[in-house]
Amino acid sequence: MSVQTLIDNFVKENEADLTALPDYSGKDFSSDQDVRWCPGCGDYTILKQVQNAMPELGIAKKDIVFISGIGCSSRFPYYMDTFGMHSIHGRAPAIATGLKTSRPDLTVWIITGDGDSLSIGANHFAQLLRRNVNVNLLLFNNEIYGLTKGQYSPASPKGMVTKSTPYGSIDNPFNPLALSLGADGSFVARAMDRDPKHLKEMILRSHKHQGTSMLEIYQNCIVFNDGAFELFTDKKTRPQEAIYLEHGEPLVFGKEKDRGVRLDGLKPEVVTLGDDFSKDDLWVHDEQDSTKAHLLSKFFEHPANGEGVQFPRPFGVLYAIDRPCYDEGVVAQVQHAKETQGEANLDALIQGNETWVVK
Amino acid sequence: MSTKDQVHEDVTIRFAGDSGDGMQLTGSLFTNTTALLGNDLRTLPEFPAEIRAPQGTVPGVSSFQLQFGSRKILTPGDECDALVVMNSAALKANLSLLKKGGTIIANTAGFDKKNLNLAKYPEGVNPLEDGSLDDYELIEIDVNKMVKEAIGDMGLGYKDEDRTKNMFVLGLLYWMYSRPLDSTIDFLNLKFGKKKPEIADANIRVLKAGYYYGETAEIFSSRSQITVEQADLEPGTYRNITGNEALVLGLVAAARKANMPMFLGTYPITPASDVLHGLAQHKKFGITTFQAEDEIAACSSAIGASFGGSIGVTSSSGPGIALKGEAIGLAVMLELPLVVLNIQRAGPSTGMPTKTEQADLMQAVYGRNGESPLLIVAPSSPADCFEMAFEAVRISLEHMTPVIFLSDGYIANGSEPWKFPKESELANINVEFEKPRHAEEDEPFMPYRRDDRLVRKWAIPGTEGIEHRVGGLEKEDVTGNVSYDPDNHQKMTNIRRDKRDLVANNIPEQNIDQGNETGDVLILGWGGTYGSIKTVVHQLRREGMDISHAHLRYINPFPKNLEKLLKGFNQVIVPEINDGQLVRLIRSEFLIPAMPINKVKGRPFGVSELKQEILDLVGEETATKS
Ligand SMILES: Cc1ncc(C[n+]2csc(CCOP(=O)(O)OP(=O)(O)O)c2C)c(N)n1
Ligand code: SF4
Ligand SMILES: [Mg+2]
Repeated sequence: MSVQTLIDNFVKENEADLTALPDYSGKDFSSDQDVRWCPGCGDYTILKQVQNAMPELGIAKKDIVFISGIGCSSRFPYYMDTFGMHSIHGRAPAIATGLKTSRPDLTVWIITGDGDSLSIGANHFAQLLRRNVNVNLLLFNNEIYGLTKGQYSPASPKGMVTKSTPYGSIDNPFNPLALSLGADGSFVARAMDRDPKHLKEMILRSHKHQGTSMLEIYQNCIVFNDGAFELFTDKKTRPQEAIYLEHGEPLVFGKEKDRGVRLDGLKPEVVTLGDDFSKDDLWVHDEQDSTKAHLLSKFFEHPANGEGVQFPRPFGVLYAIDRPCYDEGVVAQVQHAKETQGEANLDALIQGNETWVVK
Repeated sequence: MSTKDQVHEDVTIRFAGDSGDGMQLTGSLFTNTTALLGNDLRTLPEFPAEIRAPQGTVPGVSSFQLQFGSRKILTPGDECDALVVMNSAALKANLSLLKKGGTIIANTAGFDKKNLNLAKYPEGVNPLEDGSLDDYELIEIDVNKMVKEAIGDMGLGYKDEDRTKNMFVLGLLYWMYSRPLDSTIDFLNLKFGKKKPEIADANIRVLKAGYYYGETAEIFSSRSQITVEQADLEPGTYRNITGNEALVLGLVAAARKANMPMFLGTYPITPASDVLHGLAQHKKFGITTFQAEDEIAACSSAIGASFGGSIGVTSSSGPGIALKGEAIGLAVMLELPLVVLNIQRAGPSTGMPTKTEQADLMQAVYGRNGESPLLIVAPSSPADCFEMAFEAVRISLEHMTPVIFLSDGYIANGSEPWKFPKESELANINVEFEKPRHAEEDEPFMPYRRDDRLVRKWAIPGTEGIEHRVGGLEKEDVTGNVSYDPDNHQKMTNIRRDKRDLVANNIPEQNIDQGNETGDVLILGWGGTYGSIKTVVHQLRREGMDISHAHLRYINPFPKNLEKLLKGFNQVIVPEINDGQLVRLIRSEFLIPAMPINKVKGRPFGVSELKQEILDLVGEETATKS
């Protein structure tokens, strides 16, 4: 007899009938709690897009869990009418790993900020990606510590003046996407609060991906770091400074779609389409090419600093591959042991190999 | 003195050698054989923190002590009757633990110039030759040569030959103490038989050579074998078990009796790693083990699992428990089950990883930010780890609260015979999750509504109609919504404390282990000091002292009757392997002048030293009274 625990029975008895899910709308995922971010904070649009994406997941509300760390962004779960846990600073990936590994039937989302995941929780962040636990991580990057009122974060650019860096930061920042790829992330993508349509698309893609989906979202902190991403979010500059990636499509950008990125060997180069170069000469995006994903992640110069060629900042899915998920492996081992190692006989286990009798 | 077939009531022996000499295995095999013979026993393995400390040096010495006897044995013994030393460093490190007149069995090959140098004996000094051991019975054997003679013809390499040395001394001690070889032979066949039959064969030949050497060698003509009769143990079926093994079995048993999956999130650390190694083997019982990136992640993952309806367990030792502190506080706030295993070692900081101590009690009681009451249990012996692990899981699940299980290196690695229970004798642990709510008209779910024990419901994801959020921010009473209301915080703080205190209704009352219910002196202990205290109190009572012993296994909350019990004695003495922790709790909680006896030397209390300390304290008290 293999062990059937209360949870095995629970999952079986409570399995949602996916063909008869309620006709959810975004509103159904809004909790009864007042949202308390500053007016104009980018977190609002992200919340809205997540709520709007939920009905399209095809998952029963009761099977969705949001787990966050600490920070303005990490208040997120309180506003979702799903299961949720607002935990401790930086540890949401570890909590989510325990939850998903023991309850693979659940759809688990991690909400984290740039301080939460790249500073105090950077270890867990990297380990999560390495293990490829089948969860979705939304990294709200505002390049600042919002909740503690405006200190620089590991994502803040060099030179940034904040309360804790009155003479400018001398810290070299993390490149979150390069870090994720370096940690062997199987899904690495970027979106921004000011392009809600694309953001929602990326949220849905994150959900579809099997494995850890790391979606970095540029989020404006209107109080402590307003305009940090303006070059990419402002409709006037966006066409020149941002490039939207599409699998199988050439890397084209610019207001008139007249610029592109081409590869000279492994060296990327921005070119103007026209006499010398046509679309056929451009780099065609391949989400499954890890070398190219690494190159794309390095399109990360801070435009304000630079002279010379500026690479446009990539948005969309840089990298997405299938590789085994940690939680599935764990469950498979337990299952295999249950099926092949014979009866789980507690008396035999307690008794061990050698006993003696005292009369 | 030469008597035939001496019968001893108890014997303490100690195997000591280089960490590469296999002394731990030798000790365990002697232990198993001895247990199977029906002696009672206690063991004390002692090894260096380094995997391979420099060969031949004093820091590289690994030892295994055991006391066995026909009477109740509760400690590994203060001083040894026989000491096996495989090299000169082993002699240097252990001679002080040998009784005057005791037997030294020395491998002379380990006393050559090189080894004497490594052990830092002065130039030209060889303790085997300079008369410094005249007070002992010295038996010198060139074990290396004996091994060569026994198996030199087998054509094994030097390394394989050398590795069998420990079997020679084991065989010899089997002869000395009249023990059979068969359990060890079975072990060797099982371990090497299939893959390396020649290694099994070589070991068995050397084992027998050691035994026959005892039988025939001239050195022993002056004395005969020693017999230790079966101990008068309670009838039943027994096995030998270490504390960490018992802990693992207790956890598996509790998971089974709760019919729940168990999730261990952990990070390796001495002396707790064996809990991970053990549980990792028991997947078929529905147990998942997760080796996390650090203790913070380990504890957090267990909380995640617990949120999802598993028994979340996390194991470590002091340094790791310090890292888990914030997450344990989260579990206090979330009011989720969580079992935190602390196999204590000597601190502070990295301290002495392989040495025992009981100095994390205050850390367990108070070592988190804010008022964060939780439950604490402490096993008192290796076998007791089974019952207390089971209890830790039970009260954690029944009261939706973290429980800290405080073991220590001494009971974790030490072993004793255990009259193990049957599954059918273990009580069920009843777990009930919050039910789904399908209908609109159902009352809305309130995550922090409580029953009369102040326990909230376990409401797990996947349950329809009870979607809710929890978190580390202060909760509003009943609704669980975030609240900064001053009165609410006061109320919730009180509730969390009262909830902890109410657990006293669900644990056994404190008993007197030995002695009268009231009287002159009470020795109050906790954890691994049980055996030493019990032995001392037994002796003192025989000598006519009015003294009793009570041993706490539930520390937070204290058993309900503890105050009354303590106040029934004129003097309460609290011996601990720390600088005075339980004694401070007792003083502050009950306002009684409890007196400490403290020692932190990385070892359990010796019986005679503890006895002397008690006599000194009691004498002092009597002196000041008169
Ligand atoms: C252990 C611990 N250390 C420090 C803090 C204080 N703290 C709270 S949020 C935060 C930084 C949050 O920054 P980020 O993750 O970028 O989130 P944001 O507020 O910007 O969304 C800090 C330092 C804490 N809550 N816990
Ligand atoms: S401080 Fe910044 S990040 Fe935080 S809520 Fe306000 S605007 Fe948003
Ligand atoms: Mg931030």
